[in-house]
Amino acid sequence: MSMLEVRNVSKHFGSLIAVREVSLTVAKGELRAIIGPNGAGKTTFFNLITGFFPPTAGEIIFDGQNVTTVSAADRVKRGMARTFQVTEVFPELSVRENVRIAAEVAAGYALRPWLGGAEVRDIASVVEETVAVTGLAGKANRLVGELAHGDQRAAEIAMALALRPRLLLLDEPTAGMGEQETFEIAGLIRKLHRDKSYTIILVEHDMRVVFHLADRISVLDQGALLADGTPEQIAANPAVQAAYLGKAA
Amino acid sequence: MSGMARAQTQAPAAERPLLILAGIWVVLIAAPFWMPLVGGYTSLASRILVIGLAAMSLNFLIGFTGVVSFGHAAYFGLGVYGAGMILRYIAPSTPLAVIAGILLGGIVGSAVGALICRRRGIYFALVTIAFQEVFYYIAYKWDSVTGGFDGLRGFQRQPIHFGLFTLDIQKNDLAFYYFVLAVFAIVVGFMGFVLRSPFGRTLLAVRENERRARFLGIPVDRHIWLAFTISSFCIGAAGALYALLNNFADPSSLYTDLSGELVIMCVLGGMRSFWGPLLGAAVFEVLQDYISSQTVNWLFFIGLIFVLVVMFFPRGLLGVFRRRSAA
Ligand SMILES: Nc1ncnc2c1ncn2[C@@H]1O[C@H](COP(=O)(O)OP(=O)(O)OP(=O)(O)O)[C@@H](O)[C@H]1O
Ligand SMILES: [Mg+2]
Repeated sequence: MSMLEVRNVSKHFGSLIAVREVSLTVAKGELRAIIGPNGAGKTTFFNLITGFFPPTAGEIIFDGQNVTTVSAADRVKRGMARTFQVTEVFPELSVRENVRIAAEVAAGYALRPWLGGAEVRDIASVVEETVAVTGLAGKANRLVGELAHGDQRAAEIAMALALRPRLLLLDEPTAGMGEQETFEIAGLIRKLHRDKSYTIILVEHDMRVVFHLADRISVLDQGALLADGTPEQIAANPAVQAAYLGKAA
Repeated sequence: MSGMARAQTQAPAAERPLLILAGIWVVLIAAPFWMPLVGGYTSLASRILVIGLAAMSLNFLIGFTGVVSFGHAAYFGLGVYGAGMILRYIAPSTPLAVIAGILLGGIVGSAVGALICRRRGIYFALVTIAFQEVFYYIAYKWDSVTGGFDGLRGFQRQPIHFGLFTLDIQKNDLAFYYFVLAVFAIVVGFMGFVLRSPFGRTLLAVRENERRARFLGIPVDRHIWLAFTISSFCIGAAGALYALLNNFADPSSLYTDLSGELVIMCVLGGMRSFWGPLLGAAVFEVLQDYISSQTVNWLFFIGLIFVLVVMFFPRGLLGVFRRRSAA
């Protein structure tokens, strides 16, 4: 069964059509990459899936339920978590506090004036596990704003993971990173996909990362879906080569 | 080895905040005894606590939720009038007056908060000012009830009866100081407790990054409304104490000038620090008390000091102790 089904979704900003009748289906456990040139509408597409703003037309089905009119906060409760193209963290709080807030909100404690002993322990174990998975155990008490760029990205992914999502959306997680950091984040994403069987949608510009990690690739161009297939099919697709890979190479 | 020796002479990291907290309370409890030594007096100490409580309540919103209100004197002033009108018209009871002040400031603040919690930034700040003008206008115009321009007089704080003994806060300044300190402790303790809760951490999240907060599943508008409500109840308590302090409810207590001064106190002391606004209020009130006895242009000097602090301590006086990491 599919985890996410997008049906004929469009988004207009005035006269600009940022996303144009895109349909796509992501299976459970799949790692889907979305690629396309700058301004193709990839981030807008993420914003539609996660409920940042409503689509101009079309429907979004998440895990069998129509969530087109569901608020962003409620989509998170139903199991969607995302990271942003520009890192969005809580800079003046520690890594552990960043992750802890996510874990507490996901557990439904956002309005709680206090927690019982067992609840505190449950949250702490989620936090420690998540911090460890993302390789931040040694930096858990540092303020996120003082970490290196790559570690900030990892902290943002840790927050998303602490939500215990069923669908994880990563918008250019390696943007602005050097070789080593890119390698580490790619390794983390692969681990989440292969070992922890997360369903992931990944927007990524680094083609090595995309072709290395993705089960399937969707190509957006000027808001429209240009192609959709396995990495081999996409690499061999003449339209993609003309519109995108050719230009990039 | 030398590192270990140093570690042993210092308090362990987890205990240090507790020591600082204990130190703060010792200073506050002993204030009537050390203030005269440095040229102060007990009722100035009471005033600092009351205004400090107002600034800390406002900072709950500004410093810990990241939402700026330039109209918080409204809920302070409603606390003043709530307490004053109880004593003047209803019953000669200090506890009732305090409760009425808290409820009036808090409930009205909650209603206004519900109306404006979708606004952000400058729009939010402007609407808070607009509402403040409305309440000021009512207090100013409704002569028969509020005393209008002259304010509400003809009431006095009443001794508090505890069955076995009576605390005469009416005649005894020292007793009144400890009464103020007790209310201060309850309200400040409440805010501190809230900020350490899961709910309190969602407020920090909103302050730090609203977009991230929303995509963690925090209904941001609702939490801003709750923070506004809590802040209004707390500043209403400060207003009620202010009525008792002066035995007078004055329309300027819900005027824009006071809102601006409260914001200045938060910035002076340090908005990221829980106790910063209290220090800001102390600096402000002491300077006002001292300089205004020397020159009528005391606001000029306050302004000058404010500018210097903002230039040299952009994070406020207590912002120097900026945290680098956290347990
Ligand atoms: N909120 C908005 N209001 C108006 N126009 C927008 C908005 N968001 C995006 N756009 C426009 O929509 C188009 C698609 O932008 P989008 O950010 O989705 O592209 P992208 O594929 O993520 O690009 P990049 O690779 O640079 O991140 C662009 O022309 C952009 O200017
Ligand atoms: Mg983008």
